[in-house]
Amino acid sequence: MNPTSLTPHQFKYQPMTGTSLLSRLQQQFGDKITGSNLEAIDPWIEVAPASLPEICQFLRDDAELAFDLLNCITGVDYFIADPKKAAKAGWDPHIEVVYHISSISKKHSLVVKVKVPRWKDGQEGQLPEVPTVSHLWRTADWHEREVFDLSGIRFTGHPDMRRILCPEDWVGYPLRKDYEMPLEYHGIRGR
Amino acid sequence: MPLELEDPRVIEFDVRTDEMLVNMGPQHPSTHGVLRLVLRTDGEIVSEVEPHIGYLHRCAEKIGENLTPRQWVPYTDRMDYLAGMNMNLGWSLCVEKLLEHQLSEKAQHLRVIISEMGRIASHLVGMGAYGLDLGSFSPFLYAFREREKILDLFEEACGARLTYSYITPGGCTADLPNGWLQKCADFLDQFEPIIQEYHALLTTNAIFIKRTAAIGTMSPEMAIQYGCTGPVLRGSGVDYDLRRDGEQRYTEMYDGYAFEVIVEKDGHYPKDHDYPAVPKDAVLGDCWHRFYVRMLEVVQAVDLVRQAIDRYSTATGDYGVPIKLTTKLPKGEAYLETEAPRGQMGFYLVSDGNAIPWRVRARSSSFCNLSVTADLCRGCLIADVPAIVGSLDVVMGEIDR
Repeated sequence: MNPTSLTPHQFKYQPMTGTSLLSRLQQQFGDKITGSNLEAIDPWIEVAPASLPEICQFLRDDAELAFDLLNCITGVDYFIADPKKAAKAGWDPHIEVVYHISSISKKHSLVVKVKVPRWKDGQEGQLPEVPTVSHLWRTADWHEREVFDLSGIRFTGHPDMRRILCPEDWVGYPLRKDYEMPLEYHGIRGR
Repeated sequence: MPLELEDPRVIEFDVRTDEMLVNMGPQHPSTHGVLRLVLRTDGEIVSEVEPHIGYLHRCAEKIGENLTPRQWVPYTDRMDYLAGMNMNLGWSLCVEKLLEHQLSEKAQHLRVIISEMGRIASHLVGMGAYGLDLGSFSPFLYAFREREKILDLFEEACGARLTYSYITPGGCTADLPNGWLQKCADFLDQFEPIIQEYHALLTTNAIFIKRTAAIGTMSPEMAIQYGCTGPVLRGSGVDYDLRRDGEQRYTEMYDGYAFEVIVEKDGHYPKDHDYPAVPKDAVLGDCWHRFYVRMLEVVQAVDLVRQAIDRYSTATGDYGVPIKLTTKLPKGEAYLETEAPRGQMGFYLVSDGNAIPWRVRARSSSFCNLSVTADLCRGCLIADVPAIVGSLDVVMGEIDR
């Protein structure tokens, strides 16, 4: 029961995947890799929405990369209602879907981003579409439902695209920047 | 002629009755909060389970877009309300990662003490409530008796018993009061022999083993596929613990600590303590192993706190002053996962350069751990459903956020 009798443990640090990964991906997928920033706190690559499953499959199955764990999927809404402030923001309104993936065996991690318009074909109410990765990582099943529920992104090919946290008859997507809480829901005052 | 079979249970599986939908929850006592499971049953056999979640949803992520990081700390300990300290730690480290804020040695050891004590408290509830799920009431009282002492210690340190908001970005809200370390060490000395009682009540209890061994077996591949983490992942035999394998910002807290990941390797668990033997019925990845990993982590946490107390008393620096409310966050984004008692708790922070984040995101460990229920419960008996869900040790506040 004496802690000093244990052998002091050698810690392993998590190396971030660097430029060699990017050049490999660019060689393999060419302009399907639409952007990258390896100097960021968490290095990220941006891919074209249509080729997301293909690239994720490569990231997961390649023996050297072996990204076997999908940590998190996040939808980030970039939108400012005030036109004056929006002009200063330096970006057009869009939505980013951010995938945090890591590897249990290789102990590294990577961020994959996908950029989609806020509404499909610019028509308000038409949800933007991103292909699902739930066939690659089962974690994505519930996470994609959550992103659909809260950020309003439809994942094509998902087996069960329903709301998960909000009630099924909820209107709107709460994590969008222009969301307004309903005045009333089944007789309950909203705001 | 009546059918004669050696094992009477076989008949159970042979008889087919009408399918029935059984609603379990959201007020069912053994669903750990407001979890609703819809079971499609054929007699006693469950053919399909569908979890319905969201009863506790309050969109904490949206709230986080309207508050500064320090103001959001209280919302994090309302997510996993059984391990508030560990949730505070995860969020604080994420904010510090974006700010590139470095803590003093003393503040880091303080965080180890606090978060490992939080882990003990959380696993005690997990253990006690699991006993309740399986129809044994006494372990719950035994667990709460000791947890109460930890809460008293926490109350003395920060004034709160459940929602602490003690660890904040930049450090802690206050230094430990005089004599706290001695009280903590006394508690550990008193607590360590008591763990044997828990083992006698549950771990080595014949009924408990019958209810949990070889039930809800999860292969390591399946655990990784579903993103299960923490004791659920290690209970399946995957050697992965963020305290050792995580990002540098997190692992440097544990640098130099004597510490072994609790996982079955080559057929046995770490042998640094006298642990009860693994029963011969248990299969790696079943409910019993998930429970066992939690129990061993309690013993390990006791070791870690002892080491941290020693190091804290000789360390230099201050306890860490919280960042100012008006601190502007640099433009950018940071994602960091920590090893909370229920698994890897991740926080993601996107900033556009203001003091208020553009977007915050909490990656919940219980959320991923729960998603595996549908697969685990297929084909089991109704009575085993609470055993399987209980062994995942989920907290609904964290799932629904």
